[in-house]
Amino acid sequence: MAELTYRDAVARGIAQEMTRDPDVVFLGEDVAKAGGVFKATVGLLDQFGPLRVRDTPISEQAILGAAMGAAMTGLKPIAEIMFSDFFAVCFDYIANEFPKSRYMTNGQTKCPLVVRTGNGAGSRFGAQHSQSVENWCMMIPGLKVVAPSSPVDVIGLLAASVRDPDPVIFLEHKSLYATKGEVPDGEILDTLGTAKILRPGKDATILALALMVPRALAAAERLAAEYGIDCEVIDIRSLVPLDTQTILGSVAKTHRAFSVEENPRLCGWGAEIMSIIADEAFYDLDGPLVRITTPHCPLPAADILEDAILPTVDRIVDRVRKTLNA
Amino acid sequence: MLDKATAKSGTKTTLNDDIGEAIRLELYRSQVNIRECEQRAYDLFLQNLVKGTSHLSLGQEAIAAGFATAMRKGDLSFCTYRGHAHTLARGVPFEKVLGELMQRDNGLMRGKGGSMHLMSPEHGVMGSYAIIGAHLPIACGAAWRAQYKGDSDVSVCFFGDGTTNIGAFHEALNFAVIWKLPVVFVCENNLYMEYTPIADVTAVPNPAGDRAAAYGLEKIVIDGNDADVVYRTALKAFDKARSGGGPSLIECLTYRHSGHSRADPAKYRPEGELEKWKERDPIKIYRERLKQFGIGDDVVAKIDAEVKRMVEEATETCKAAPNPPMDILTTDVYADGGFAWRN
Repeated sequence: MAELTYRDAVARGIAQEMTRDPDVVFLGEDVAKAGGVFKATVGLLDQFGPLRVRDTPISEQAILGAAMGAAMTGLKPIAEIMFSDFFAVCFDYIANEFPKSRYMTNGQTKCPLVVRTGNGAGSRFGAQHSQSVENWCMMIPGLKVVAPSSPVDVIGLLAASVRDPDPVIFLEHKSLYATKGEVPDGEILDTLGTAKILRPGKDATILALALMVPRALAAAERLAAEYGIDCEVIDIRSLVPLDTQTILGSVAKTHRAFSVEENPRLCGWGAEIMSIIADEAFYDLDGPLVRITTPHCPLPAADILEDAILPTVDRIVDRVRKTLNA
Repeated sequence: MLDKATAKSGTKTTLNDDIGEAIRLELYRSQVNIRECEQRAYDLFLQNLVKGTSHLSLGQEAIAAGFATAMRKGDLSFCTYRGHAHTLARGVPFEKVLGELMQRDNGLMRGKGGSMHLMSPEHGVMGSYAIIGAHLPIACGAAWRAQYKGDSDVSVCFFGDGTTNIGAFHEALNFAVIWKLPVVFVCENNLYMEYTPIADVTAVPNPAGDRAAAYGLEKIVIDGNDADVVYRTALKAFDKARSGGGPSLIECLTYRHSGHSRADPAKYRPEGELEKWKERDPIKIYRERLKQFGIGDDVVAKIDAEVKRMVEEATETCKAAPNPPMDILTTDVYADGGFAWRN
């Protein structure tokens, strides 16, 4: 057991899989010699050499297209798109190519690859380098979408993503790279499509993803201490496949559900989950389903503005408390 | 070199130039396969039996035939929605292609892909891509795998003149050169980007050839209606790729005899242009070539008749084939065979 940063967990997860399987290769901008702009891939070039860890030009279409061609013909590529906002310049692969080739060809082809990307706000980078784009990906049949919130989950879910036979979008949160967590020694392998109950509770269920997980946990502690409200906090971890059973099981117990979403309001993952709860657990509910999100607005650069636009611990506490009339 | 004495004598067995009789007959048969099947696809469309859209390669047969004949088993083809020709040229049976165009259960993808997405990995046909430019980087990736694993196959990527103006073209060419990938890019310049003359929307006269220098590549512009020229050019590029020499960019000048897609009567073409190009019909050129090399009309007629019969039989098979069953509606979205996204 050792304490590891989320950033170092990325490199360890990639190294674990590259050591295990020589067909795993890694490409992206500044990922090899520079060790990544977020320093999340330091050491991989030295360990695995320039044939397996490759710097690319600023060519996001070439990165994702090459990953797909390699995946179709026998490799297991991990491709890095530096900022998830850049999905917009290579979205053809994410929306049209990776996820549809198997279906269109009636199962004749495969696309086992992972796209890693730096997602989310908090770096004061402004509207084009800060977005949470999980909802861009979740809506596309054929993709899997994963977003870990802790170092141990980074390794375990990355390993599961690399070993998964489908294309996986792996969203690392930029504001979590410096956070630390305990990580066991040896191989770590988790399971896609499993949510984790991080804090059991009986009064309300709070659903969160990535950077919103530590905020939901902090809010739950304050709600308990200050208002006597005992919240269950669930880290969704995997949007596709989605662990609906853990969510519905929790709502059956607490009778209340809140989502904490960093994405802008419209079509966020919480809307999908809330619609499932409304469909399938309506009679378990004691009150409205509440989504706490970033507003329908681009992200500002200034720290004071960016901090104010994202869901904060204060906002979560306030919404839960008011909804429960505490 | 052509043995002139033999050619003059009209005997057909001793021709041994660099291509030779067996390959020439293969090149001819491949072109006739495409011509007959594409013509049949058009006829079936008029009968409302080919649904959706279709993009024919009538007039462009020499390119598909020349490259496919030069390929080895294991080499990989990537093409666009104008991909029937490249699919047939790798040996995919007529009924598989026509069945898919007719959206029947016997089609290559049982009707789930349609005309624009023909794929058959067992024949080395790694897909027909309907988003312009998408497959150039994908072909690079397949070539990267070959390079990484030490495999000897070449990835061959076919696209139209219009593709040279989209960003993925630039990204893929640069990427292939810096990584020295065994990939061959083949631009089929049929003079029209969909409905608009390519010259009206392109900064240089040769949309691919004139851009080769930007990637440190040789400018290669060839007669795409002469299967011998295409075949020889392909072999050279494949040798270069297989020996670690990196990619090539080849522009083949050609002309499509039909419109862009089934909805296009091609009225934008100047009067007489089609007729002029039909004089340079690749199949007409090749019949003359065979004659010049002493291959008899009887041999040619036999191939023509065989192909006609096979296309006819395939058509009947497809007409009799059932529609795709409902139980494939949501299969193969994910690798587990289904479309489940939640528990």
